Amino acid sequence: MSEFLSPKDLPAALAARAAHPDYIPVAGGTDYMVASKDRLPPPGIINLFGLGALTGVTDLDGGGVRIGACTTYATLLGDARIANTFPLLRDACREVGASQIQARGTLGGNIATSSPVGDSLPPLLALDAVICVASSAGERRVAYEDFLVGYRKIDLAADELIVAIELPAPHVGAMQHWRKVGTRRAQSISKVMMAAVAHLDDGRIADIRIALGAVADRTVRARATEDALRGSAPSEEAAKRAREALRGEITPIDDLRSTAEYRLGVAENLVRRFVLSL
Amino acid sequence: MPDALLLHMKVNGEDVEVAAPPHFTLLEVLRYKLDLIGSKQGCDKGDCGACTVQLDGTARLSCLTLAAQADGRKVRTVEGMTAAHLHPLQDCMDKQVAAQCGFCTPGILMAAEAYLTKQARAVSRDEVAEAMAGNLCRCTGYVKIVDAIVEASEIMAAKEQG
Amino acid sequence: MGHASNSSEEAKAKGSVGKGLARVDGAAKVRGTARYVDDLKFPGMHHGLTKRSEVPHGILRGIHKREGFDWSQVVVVTAEDIPGRNTILLIEEDQPALVAIGAHVRHVDEAIALIAAPTRALAREAHGFLDLEIEEIPAVFDCEEALSAEVNVYGDDNILKTYLIEKGDADIEEKLASCDHVVEGLYRTQAQEQMYIEPQGMIASWGEDGVCHIIGSMQCPFYIQKAMRALLALDDDNLVVEQAVTGGGFGGKEEYPSMIAGHAALLARKAGVPVKLIYERDEDIAATTKRHPSVVRHRLGFDADGTIRAIDVDVIFDGGAYLTLTQVVLSRGVLHAAGPYKCENTRVRGRAVATNTPPHGAFRGFGAPQTTFAYERQTQKAAALLGMSPFEFREHNMLRDGDRTATSQLLEGSVGSEDVLRAVKEVAEANPLPKDDPATSIRHGRGVAFYFHGAGFTGSGEARLAGRATVALAEDGHFEVRSSSTDIGQGVQTMFTQIAATGLGVEPDAVRVPTPATDRVPDSGPTVASRTCMVVGRVVGQASVALKNRIESWASENGFGDMPLRQAATAMAKVEGEISETVQYAPPPGIVWDDETYTGSAYPCYGWAACVIDVRVDTDTYEVAIDRCVHAVDVGKAINPVVVKGQIEGGTLQSLGWALWEDVIYKNGKVANDRMTNCIVPTFSDAPEMHTIIVEEPFANGPYGAKGVGEIPMDGPCAAAAGAVEHALSTLVSSEGFDALPVSPEAIQRAMRLDS
Repeated sequence: MSEFLSPKDLPAALAARAAHPDYIPVAGGTDYMVASKDRLPPPGIINLFGLGALTGVTDLDGGGVRIGACTTYATLLGDARIANTFPLLRDACREVGASQIQARGTLGGNIATSSPVGDSLPPLLALDAVICVASSAGERRVAYEDFLVGYRKIDLAADELIVAIELPAPHVGAMQHWRKVGTRRAQSISKVMMAAVAHLDDGRIADIRIALGAVADRTVRARATEDALRGSAPSEEAAKRAREALRGEITPIDDLRSTAEYRLGVAENLVRRFVLSL
Repeated sequence: MPDALLLHMKVNGEDVEVAAPPHFTLLEVLRYKLDLIGSKQGCDKGDCGACTVQLDGTARLSCLTLAAQADGRKVRTVEGMTAAHLHPLQDCMDKQVAAQCGFCTPGILMAAEAYLTKQARAVSRDEVAEAMAGNLCRCTGYVKIVDAIVEASEIMAAKEQG
Repeated sequence: MGHASNSSEEAKAKGSVGKGLARVDGAAKVRGTARYVDDLKFPGMHHGLTKRSEVPHGILRGIHKREGFDWSQVVVVTAEDIPGRNTILLIEEDQPALVAIGAHVRHVDEAIALIAAPTRALAREAHGFLDLEIEEIPAVFDCEEALSAEVNVYGDDNILKTYLIEKGDADIEEKLASCDHVVEGLYRTQAQEQMYIEPQGMIASWGEDGVCHIIGSMQCPFYIQKAMRALLALDDDNLVVEQAVTGGGFGGKEEYPSMIAGHAALLARKAGVPVKLIYERDEDIAATTKRHPSVVRHRLGFDADGTIRAIDVDVIFDGGAYLTLTQVVLSRGVLHAAGPYKCENTRVRGRAVATNTPPHGAFRGFGAPQTTFAYERQTQKAAALLGMSPFEFREHNMLRDGDRTATSQLLEGSVGSEDVLRAVKEVAEANPLPKDDPATSIRHGRGVAFYFHGAGFTGSGEARLAGRATVALAEDGHFEVRSSSTDIGQGVQTMFTQIAATGLGVEPDAVRVPTPATDRVPDSGPTVASRTCMVVGRVVGQASVALKNRIESWASENGFGDMPLRQAATAMAKVEGEISETVQYAPPPGIVWDDETYTGSAYPCYGWAACVIDVRVDTDTYEVAIDRCVHAVDVGKAINPVVVKGQIEGGTLQSLGWALWEDVIYKNGKVANDRMTNCIVPTFSDAPEMHTIIVEEPFANGPYGAKGVGEIPMDGPCAAAAGAVEHALSTLVSSEGFDALPVSPEAIQRAMRLDS
């Protein structure tokens, strides 16, 4: 690595990104630094950590929030709006790594790495997050599901940076549920994750969004499962239909951490448990 | 060889100017440039917590922090804990025999001090277990470390109030 | 019941033995000033790196320095540079220090060449330009497959060692057939990584006088000395091996450090400068020894009243590619395989088999955890079959004072079997399991285990070893304990301080215990086998008393008879200079062991332990959480009860980790999970509440009654945890899904699925 750039503001950061598309933008560095130990250093780094324009939580009209891309998990954990309105995200942040990683890792960094086991990603998907991306030419907004284009691939051009994540206000009375199943109780890599949001209307599931992690090449919405549940009363019978739908739409894999059979079985059980809790 | 960066940090209360290659981690600068060997390298991949230091009062993994990202900041290591007397945390760790092989101890102390300072109150065993989960110990089964941190939190909280 | 033997009652009353003092090395450790090997620097020091095989089995055809790198900047060492014999000598000479060209590579990550450079970065660069040419041949990774010897790894048949223990005249098959019930089980356990937090490392330097000095992270300085004599063709006068402060070992730094020491010494010899060789974590996980994987077939025959009548055990350990310590590990495994139960008719067969995986070696428990897991699963099943409580079945069959073990050893004194089981039973009964709520996914379960562990070397081992320790009055008036016992975190320095201070009748701060170096301490034997306190501690105590007597006689002869010992000692040191007493260990009388028939006194004495584990199993995710662990251990006498509890708690969590989470995954003979994030050990959040009970049934030949404690806590919690999971799911699963470790969520799911 020959150059370490630490731009002072967003325009400077975007200019640096445009000038050096081969430099690696680094926020908390918790992913980058691990990967960097086994490979040659990049030609340069653009340090984004602590950049004011990319940090912090602000209110949006209508009750949503805008989260700067370089906001750490620790900041989100201490934010009352997140705790009150998006407990799903709060619960997920609490289980990322352990306190040192939470103090350093950022939401934007997790999105940029886009690992299939990224812990904050299923909540963003289930909460209908919108990703705000900027370049020197301006800002664009993309639904998070569309932003995920493949295994560790996101819809980000070489001159762009992720600048913020917007979360719309959830439906009044919506239930939010988070479950991470990892290899151990803390500092663990996920084997299955489920983020779910649902609300009932007249005893029936009016809307439900289920996002799963570590069961596919990227974080996914279980749309067929959601369809199987929408309009039903939350019952064992509905849960059974949901499980069947889930089996038809995800095909997890065996790896060092777990088995396909386990991932599928646990995902089914978590969906069932969520349905019965509504 | 890439050019060295000239970094300025306040390390354990002292202003330090140090030249280091841009790819150096904070751990490498502390251990190899400043001879602060208290911070340990157990895995170099952010998995064990033995390299934990405090950056502006927050516990950080120095093996995953580029030294350049600590430029202009306050760094505290285990060496900064010891004034004339042992810090209450060190004292409790010592008396409770919470340091066995001792290799994880500096990182444990840094993480625990940052946590207790932020809480500024007596904490429970469960809270300690959650707050400290980023620091591995293979000797103790964690029991005595939790004992020591809980006891230190009581002493520190009493001092705050007194 | 035995009596403390080597000190006056008065000294005992006043001494520090039995007190929970802070560790003597505690202050340096909490200040961060303790210097581990990677914290040491020497002028001109270079950094070493090891070039390793990427194939599991083959013949080394060439080592090539590729162009594009300036090789004059670095030093490369191969087998040709070895001045002595190309072996890491321990028991046999089968393992080379570096594979020579034309010789066999027998496992992935076997060392082939070494590089030293002024910086690590440069050494790494050179590493990338060094190519190995290896002709690959078929390999075998499964120890049962290796028995067919289609692929040859060791000798003609791949068998590293066999043992047979037989007790009773009757044919074992006939005896089993005559029992009311026979429970038969097949048990498998996996490799386990020691995962000391300090990676392995050594620094070697050669003086102009030709003396090779080695310092590093180790358990056994004299093992390294022995290996270096052969490898470097040096006599002991030209060889100093010194321990640096060591960040955990658990057996992992028993034999493997000889390899690293040899490599560092070879590099330093050729480079002409000191060389530091510190393993990266992934390298440490991939290349160094682990606990032996095992396959144990166990048949337990008993009558309707619960009395055990016949035991037949067949033990197979996977030794990996070289012998290392495997035969000794297997010995301990078979000697514990029948368990702490009375039985007249017993047969135990053991085989260790070579495979093309990196050698397995010493790890706390040393073969006993594998066989303990098997027999305590069997006991649990037998009790369940008869509808007896797990406590009742064990009480009915347990060995007591005056009984004979599977090797026909008569137990005489220091048998805490009843006490430990009663202690955990009382706590367990006072804390009943919570009731399951069928509306939730949580099921509660409780498991029990009861076990013993032979303290010290097997049979006549201690007599052969003749370990010595010295207690000296230094010229500055301090007392110094000199032994080769290393403090690797278990508290040796503190324990010796308390024993010596008590023996001398002085305050602990008058005593110091330096880290050992082979030119400054006598050979007290290795720091292994739960022997340090019981064996070396005993001679430290005896030497302390001898030194005290000598000082007192000198004082009374010279008119200082009224002076306190400390002052008299200072006066004596001024006049006489340093004086010291060295005592050699004498095994207790009556220890008779027959190595041919494997009968007699297998160990000088045994530690006894019982534990109760309460778990919660989530039937949605198959995850297990440990709610409570009650563990009672008979240690004879706790020299420092706080240190002893730390040993028990640490060993317990290692056993629980092995039971539920820890695994080493091999792919084509290579460790695939070589990071601390995928080769996991328990965190703060995984550790249970622990209720630790120290039981003291004194051992007449241990210091103040003490016997071993280091290993026993590792032996049994694994079986109790598996039993607890089985109990939690007993209404859901009746299969034998909990007979293989780890009892992972994936395994629990499989068990539940097979049963539904």
